[in-house]
Amino acid sequence: PLSKGKQEVSLSAFAFLFSELVQYNQTQVDNIAELERRLEDAGYAVGARVLELLCHRDKGNRRETRLLGILSFVHSTVWKVLFGKVADSLEKGTEHEDEYMISEKELLVNRFISIPKDMGTFNCGAFVAGIVRGVLDSAGFPAVVTAHFVPVEGQQRPRTTILIKFAEEQKYP
Amino acid sequence: MAPVGPRSGDAIFANVERNAELFTLTYGATVRQLLTDLEEVEEVNKQLDQMGYNIGIRLIDEFLAKSNVTRCVDFRETAEVIAKVGFKMFLGVTATVSNWDADGTCCSIILEDNPLVDFVELPDTCQGLYYCNILSGVIRGALEMVSMKTEVTWIRDVLRGDDAYELQVKLLKQVPEEYPYKDDE
Repeated sequence: PLSKGKQEVSLSAFAFLFSELVQYNQTQVDNIAELERRLEDAGYAVGARVLELLCHRDKGNRRETRLLGILSFVHSTVWKVLFGKVADSLEKGTEHEDEYMISEKELLVNRFISIPKDMGTFNCGAFVAGIVRGVLDSAGFPAVVTAHFVPVEGQQRPRTTILIKFAEEQKYP
Repeated sequence: MAPVGPRSGDAIFANVERNAELFTLTYGATVRQLLTDLEEVEEVNKQLDQMGYNIGIRLIDEFLAKSNVTRCVDFRETAEVIAKVGFKMFLGVTATVSNWDADGTCCSIILEDNPLVDFVELPDTCQGLYYCNILSGVIRGALEMVSMKTEVTWIRDVLRGDDAYELQVKLLKQVPEEYPYKDDE
């Protein structure tokens, strides 16, 4: 059944579930890269469905066909539905024409999580990167999407940046 | 100071941060990943129950901290608290309790709304799947932390063509608490 989007659950319910998802996937892999890839896969499945859902519900069955259109759709509409707020920023990469970044000071999936030292660069944001890739790919904009921690001066916790690198054919929109 | 009474599920839910579709879709992605990994529907049911159990043993702490619920006098009260406070607080839905057996150790928790199943249809290949099996694990795990061993089984499931979700909760035994507590073990 297609919900009207009114049903809500507590944020803890999501936090508990997400933590189990991460822990389960940890039992299935033997390195960090593989773990991130699996979380990204799970996210991709969410992204593909979010696009479908929002196009039906909010956009009168239309979807974006322009690169900037779809990016701002991700940054505002998708973010709002999933995380309850618009993403902190959407920027274009300065060094490469085909790169864009969505940054979030405290990404929901990283909020309850501290990475143990022995897990190095592991970032639960991989799940969100997967969501973004799922949305973009399903809308016809294939991209490589990765999540990174970026230290912020004067802040204890780093912000999370989702780096979007579009595939060759989208290079110059 | 007068003791603070238990808070209603609605009051707690009104005060916690909330989230809608991300939860539902993430759960769907989890189930899909399990189906791919484990292949057997039976194994997926087991894994979902295990994940629920893990959640239950942690969730009970948050539940007790936020609800001010004190020790329940009997299993009847326990079931009511789960249905009225627990489900509301975490999933935003209210459940009803019915079908008690004569000695008050077995009842059904019935859900009309279930946020786990929005957008879900079971394909023919997954007919044996208890899609919401994580819920039974959560109840079992949480109750185990308050010294109740239970068995939780699905009786009705809308995804399988029934008209509601019905979970049967059966009290197997009350585990006596051991004194003195040994914190450092």
